[in-house]
Amino acid sequence: MEIFGISTALLGSQLLIGLINGSFYAILSLGLAIIFGLLNIINFAHGAQYMMGAFVAWIALTRFGINYWVALIVAPLIVGITGVLIERLMLRRLYKLDHLYGLLLTFGLALIFEGVFRDQFGISGESYEVPELLSGGVNLGFMFLPIYRGWVIIASLTVCFGTWYMIERTKLGAYLRAGTENSAMVQALGINVPLLITFTYGYGVALAAFAGVLAAPIFQVNPLMGSNLIIVVFAVVVIGGMGSIMGSILTGLGLGLIEGLTRVFYPEASSVVVFVIMVIVLLLRPAGLFGKS
Amino acid sequence: MKILCYALFACAFNLLLGFVGLLSFGHAAFLGTAGYVCGMMVRDVGVTPEVGILAGTAAAGLLGWLFGSLAIKRTGIYFAMITLALAQMVFFLAIQIKETGGEDGLQGVPRGHLFGLIDLSDNIAMYYLVFAIFCFGFFVIYRTIHSPFGQILKAIRENEPRAISLGYDVAKFKLIAFIISAALAGMAGATKTLVFQLASLSDVHWHASGEVVLMTLLGGLGTILGPIVGAATIVALQTQLADSVGSWVTVIMGVIFVICVLSFRRGIVGELQALIKRSGVN
Repeated sequence: MEIFGISTALLGSQLLIGLINGSFYAILSLGLAIIFGLLNIINFAHGAQYMMGAFVAWIALTRFGINYWVALIVAPLIVGITGVLIERLMLRRLYKLDHLYGLLLTFGLALIFEGVFRDQFGISGESYEVPELLSGGVNLGFMFLPIYRGWVIIASLTVCFGTWYMIERTKLGAYLRAGTENSAMVQALGINVPLLITFTYGYGVALAAFAGVLAAPIFQVNPLMGSNLIIVVFAVVVIGGMGSIMGSILTGLGLGLIEGLTRVFYPEASSVVVFVIMVIVLLLRPAGLFGKS
Repeated sequence: MKILCYALFACAFNLLLGFVGLLSFGHAAFLGTAGYVCGMMVRDVGVTPEVGILAGTAAAGLLGWLFGSLAIKRTGIYFAMITLALAQMVFFLAIQIKETGGEDGLQGVPRGHLFGLIDLSDNIAMYYLVFAIFCFGFFVIYRTIHSPFGQILKAIRENEPRAISLGYDVAKFKLIAFIISAALAGMAGATKTLVFQLASLSDVHWHASGEVVLMTLLGGLGTILGPIVGAATIVALQTQLADSVGSWVTVIMGVIFVICVLSFRRGIVGELQALIKRSGVN
């Protein structure tokens, strides 16, 4: 079968990769958005924390024999705890200052994490085996679907929508949204805002690490895997605007798909298409697609 | 010469962050683009070095106009992210376009003869040229800051709504400052290409953008001399450390970043100024 002279197998597999990338963009920009909402900080270390999630999973498997499923829970926990420590020990001191200092601090942290991992593991990258239960694939008739890739999409969408549900529909989420609107008022009503902030940062970071574990079997586990991704995610965040949770998820997925399509029809542009879209959105709607100006 | 190039780069960057309050995370794009343009002009077209540097500066200024008019639509953190993303786009283009040599960069750029007369392969002559360019760039920045124009920039930094209500076209002032900053960053990049006879991908990479932020922060935000001190310190550190610790350089840069942000926000020159002020009062 062919569409526009391009076989559906090629189209399907590129769209699948696009969807996978899109779900990573979605998880990462979701984490950035909730951290930004409450802390007013752009977490530049997000990419590094994504990389750390993948490495924790890899170390757990190769050194301690801990399998994928356990790692999927343990790695975000560990990286999330480091996030909590960072918030408690460093970020907390910066809230009264210009928000740019938070960006600079997390940039410094990203350099440290990347440097340490590069020194320990080199830049060649390590491969992570696909867990047995998810290896192999199914033939959908028009294309071949590796089961693991399907799982990544399902898992990340579940996490995204779970987070959305938690924020929009539960009491904890209501506190969080209230804190985003006016944290002094929420504090006055007797809610422990500093704890809420710590939790939020830890959760955002854990989301990044979760994406990292999901990514480990698809991409190589590499100290630099996060740094190039995070810049694309920044562009995604600018395009979507950080006003809404659902907005971040949809923008992430959509851009992943567009990137996949570009790779089919005009491969040379695939690495810049997200940035081009950012430029167009900035010209037409500077606040972002879902943003409130 | 490397210090002078980076000092000019950091001064140009500081004009924007220290005096207008705009954090650009994409200044490497100007440094790198100017480097490529200058390298191509001198090596492949065969113009003299001063024309090459002018071409590089002009290219960076033009790019600055493009980036600036997009990025000033947003402020604060968004501004930083937009400049970073745009610079990353330049990075990807630099990898893909054939003329820039991809991962190899432009190698073997000749230094040539200044005005067709002075042979720049002589390091002393080259040094004085770099020094002159640096002084010129520094003078431009000094004049910009100490002009009525610079006062308005500071007013925008301190209180933007107020500057608007006073009737200033804030967007225009920001854009002009952005272009000046980009052009001077480009001048630094073009000069650097001649010094090292090389224009490479690492100059366009976001690490270079991060470095210049660090230099400015370490030296002292919003001080005139700070970026020079910061650039000298960082370049010296990198040169010294590269031999002894290898890949730990990134870690050390990160640690300096964290320390600066947490407890050293005024930077070296800023702290010194505060010290002098305090001792003057006593």
